[in-house]
Amino acid sequence: MSAPTAHLFQSQPNAARRSERATFWLFRSATYLVLACGLAVFGTIFFKGAGTVFKAEAPFINTTFFTDAPESLYLFEFEGKKYEMGDREFRAFKEKHPAAATVKSESYVYSAGGIFPCIVGTVLLVVGSMTIALVLGVCAAIYLNEYARDGLFIRFVRLAILNLAGVPSIVFGLFGFGMFVIYFGWNVSLLAGWFTLAFMVLPVVITASEESLKAVPKGFREGSLALGATKWQTIRLNVVPYALPGILTSSILGIARVAGETAPIMFTAAYVVGDKLPWDVAKAGDFFFQGVMALPYHIYVVSSKIPQNEYTERVQYGTAFVFLLVVAFIAASSIILRNKLRSRYKW
Amino acid sequence: MVNAAPILMDTPSSAPAKSSAYKPTVRLSPASLPSAHAPGAAAAPMGETLVDISHLDFFYNTSQALHDINLKIEAKNVTAFIGPSGCGKSTLLRCLNRMNDLIDGTRVARGTIKIHGVDIYQPDVDVIELRKRVGMVFQKSNPFPKSIYENITFGLRLQGMNDPAKLDEIVEKSLRGAALWDEVKDRLGASGMGLSGGQQQRLCIARAIAVEPEVILMDEPCSALDPVATAKVEELIQELRSRFTIIIVTHNMQQAARCSDKTAFFYLGKLIEFADTRDIFTKPANAQTEAYVSGRFG
Repeated sequence: MSAPTAHLFQSQPNAARRSERATFWLFRSATYLVLACGLAVFGTIFFKGAGTVFKAEAPFINTTFFTDAPESLYLFEFEGKKYEMGDREFRAFKEKHPAAATVKSESYVYSAGGIFPCIVGTVLLVVGSMTIALVLGVCAAIYLNEYARDGLFIRFVRLAILNLAGVPSIVFGLFGFGMFVIYFGWNVSLLAGWFTLAFMVLPVVITASEESLKAVPKGFREGSLALGATKWQTIRLNVVPYALPGILTSSILGIARVAGETAPIMFTAAYVVGDKLPWDVAKAGDFFFQGVMALPYHIYVVSSKIPQNEYTERVQYGTAFVFLLVVAFIAASSIILRNKLRSRYKW
Repeated sequence: MVNAAPILMDTPSSAPAKSSAYKPTVRLSPASLPSAHAPGAAAAPMGETLVDISHLDFFYNTSQALHDINLKIEAKNVTAFIGPSGCGKSTLLRCLNRMNDLIDGTRVARGTIKIHGVDIYQPDVDVIELRKRVGMVFQKSNPFPKSIYENITFGLRLQGMNDPAKLDEIVEKSLRGAALWDEVKDRLGASGMGLSGGQQQRLCIARAIAVEPEVILMDEPCSALDPVATAKVEELIQELRSRFTIIIVTHNMQQAARCSDKTAFFYLGKLIEFADTRDIFTKPANAQTEAYVSGRFG
């Protein structure tokens, strides 16, 4: 006979209780593991990159890393002292100390100087491709949601959009290379990169814009039409303005993808190194037909094409850190813009 | 029937004879219809038949929603459509400004709806012109998420009116007309969505009357309102009846009894009885009408 229970509702250990606790801890630890992964990624990049981006004395930010082009790093011993300096600095040093001209040095490419051209290139790629993607995507979404009648053709279009979303980014890169770089003869250029990236995010933009348009209550359309507005007046004045915050929200996701993808731009828009900044062009038209350096591609180059050691690590993590900052900055601006629009049209 | 608006008539002889198949006799267009804002423009006087529905069959895809509807609606009167849910009263109302066009698979299979003698379903009718003259207030109040002022001026701006003084004047007139002016005159710049449910519905009515339509269609305008707000809207209908032809769909039989001159009772897509409101509620000719108005079904 078992021990007498203390009261009517005394808890008793049994299989159901045990599995309840086990399940709870399984879910909880899975969540914590996710958190740990996130912290590990951001933590590593922050701590290793912070050394490059910040410095101990005022103004506490290593401004040359943001404003200079990449240079080679030279390591050498001169008159018993160890030096490490960038390309330009080393040449100036040699002029000052003629004896140093023959000094034996080790060099690592891209490990000194800054990443200004990469920041500029990434911002240009994001702005251009998102503009193309938003214009094309929003127009297509308006057509699909407001004008098109459901039928075989429209279902086929939707299927195509879904499939486009599943295409790996390297395939977009190849497509852009074949189509824009070779066939259209744009060479490796901003324009080719813009269109390749825009095509890549189009499904995201179209799907999300359609969702935002669907979320606009039918009453606004009916009210507008009942006052004698044409369909386009209704869409322009009483549908799209209310859907814009949602469209922008979705495009923020697109921005992160466009800024981050390496594969689509490596054949279409990215230069390993560009000796000129994008605005240093002979005539305005050339602007669109030049390649640019870009942050994700620069990270790929510095982490796979040069030796790995303590000297090259600085630029690797520094670039990754700045990259996160740039994406965060662009996303934050869109969020602010979205909130502004949202507070204007509230329902 | 006396034709109240001779300027509407555009005889076949003056129409370009493109082919023998070209037969519209009367065109509904800005040129042939009296301007909404021109004072003294021809409008049907009280009691005149303004909307003439004859032998109307209406379909949603393959299911017939209206069966052989015949109804003459008089100008400057309040006509109520009553009947249980799904009886077709809202469908008929939405036929009158062709809002049903927005729904795929709807069609008028037979019959005509004439307004001022013009069949509004003939191919050369511009629905935009039609809707300017046949305004609508919806079941769920739908002010635009813009300011009260912009809500009222929306329809006017569409018509190209941009004179600020004129717009101000019409905003005040419309809001007064909708008995809303005193409540909102100090916050015309505030969002229309910030008003209470009853105020929102009156704002929608103000928005509709701002463009000076001839007919105002009301699709259960009070179904989402509390009794106090309902009473205000009903009061408003009484004030508007001298200026507009009002057609109201309602679930609330007391409402129909209180505020309409004529009542049409629909059941299963058929018009069962159409008569003076007093007669419908006191001595209905049809047994089904009697059963419905006395609360035995519906």
